[in-house]
Amino acid sequence: MRGEVAVVGISEIDPFESRGRSPVGLMAEASRLAVADAGLRLSDIDGLFTASSVYYTPSLTFAEYTGLNPRYSDSTVVGGSSFEAHVGHAAAAIRSGLCDYALVTYGSTQRSDRGKLVSQAEWLPYEQPYGMIHPISPMALIAHRHMHEFGTTSEQLAEVAVSARKWALRNPQAPYRVPLTVDQVLASPMISSPLHKLDCCLVTDGGAALVLCATDRARDLPRPPVYVLGFGESADHRNISGMPDLTTTRAVDSAQRAYRMAGLTPADIDTANVYDAFTISLLVLLEDLGFVAKGEGGPFVASGAIAPGGSLALNTNGGGLSYCHPGMLGLFLLTEAVRQLRGDAGERQVTAATTALAHGMGLTLGAHATVILGTERAL
Amino acid sequence: MTQRPTPVLRGEERAYFDRARERELVYQRCRTCDATQWYPRVVCIRCSGTDLELTAASGNGTIHSFTTLYRAGHPSRAADVPYTMVLVDLVEGVRVFGELVDVPPAAARIGLPVEVGFQDVTDDLTLPVFRPKGGAIDAR
Ligand SMILES: [Zn+2]
Repeated sequence: MRGEVAVVGISEIDPFESRGRSPVGLMAEASRLAVADAGLRLSDIDGLFTASSVYYTPSLTFAEYTGLNPRYSDSTVVGGSSFEAHVGHAAAAIRSGLCDYALVTYGSTQRSDRGKLVSQAEWLPYEQPYGMIHPISPMALIAHRHMHEFGTTSEQLAEVAVSARKWALRNPQAPYRVPLTVDQVLASPMISSPLHKLDCCLVTDGGAALVLCATDRARDLPRPPVYVLGFGESADHRNISGMPDLTTTRAVDSAQRAYRMAGLTPADIDTANVYDAFTISLLVLLEDLGFVAKGEGGPFVASGAIAPGGSLALNTNGGGLSYCHPGMLGLFLLTEAVRQLRGDAGERQVTAATTALAHGMGLTLGAHATVILGTERAL
Repeated sequence: MTQRPTPVLRGEERAYFDRARERELVYQRCRTCDATQWYPRVVCIRCSGTDLELTAASGNGTIHSFTTLYRAGHPSRAADVPYTMVLVDLVEGVRVFGELVDVPPAAARIGLPVEVGFQDVTDDLTLPVFRPKGGAIDAR
């Protein structure tokens, strides 16, 4: 699969607050822009990949809303990692001739919806009756365990949020334009110990889309193709009680599969976009993706390694902690990776980036999908 | 005061809460491979066998991890904050989710020995909870 499929169009829309668009309206506008970026028309799209937390059958909602009649559709839902999974699934579908031009799309008005009644589609009978905060409390259980096993501190976790804000200050689209300090993170209200409010991602609206096609077609399109070099998935739990090891996730497996397919190692990755719903979830994933050894994530982030100028150009748009988190972040990890590989990242551009990793995680680190992308030079 | 979130129970899920009503914390043991699993399933997670017995646990274990909520996760719990959720490793070898009671937040810790108790939270719902072994810990 390596290098056989490429990303040819991307877009993001209303990454903080929807300007009068519904969730499917955001999906449609993002799709229109991504298809235009690819030099295509929406009617060229014959493969549709989408996930939603508001629509039960999002591919049908989107198809009807836009007049699309896809010959292949996939609405795999594995939480925030759905869209990284979609990229792999789309590449496989394109390779086997089930579709030619694949669209991955997402939209959410989670910020605008705040305080309104949110439908509860699924009950977790063994955990939910206790009245925990999902997904913050499960992540907090993971955080305390990581602290217990490895001596990780709240100050180190706060450094994750501080680094994200430093990157966000280089992103003109990011909502908060002032620096953040460790003390401010620690002084923010404790929600579910040891996680404070500022250990948690933003709550925003937003839509995004991405277009993929086979490499031979991609070379005829206007934007420089960004090739899918590697892909891997893994998953293991829905309830936090079902997580086999609170401090090591299946990202180890998904990343291994992706690195192997790409023929790369963590040291070869020029820029990474790793799902940061919480400071702790990012820390655990940095270890599992091989950017730092297990248990050493705390000192690593405290050294400034993930801030601008550090050893790992991570979440250069500010990530979920400081740029945008519309319910599910997965697609925005991919759009930023593509932007970097195109050289379109402005003030936050990573010099001569030829490889990028996007890692999505779903729910409470229960689902994982890793995508490795590269430019022509990385092929 | 709003009512606790009450699960819609289907099939084998019912058996777990029926036994909790009878003051039993149950787990499953596979008669084929001897694997244990917490909540009742129709297959063994190790061997996919179906010869599973639902057994009452001793209720004794230690805290694997904990988190204290300073904001209620549900309106019914607004008056209860701060309250603490735990993962407990039972001596039978299964990890269960629950609430820690009779322990002030500052005294909650990984490794704390606990035993099960039961709370009737509605007319139809009883939840297993965990208390410190050896009695309540004072908030001082
Ligand atoms: Zn078995």
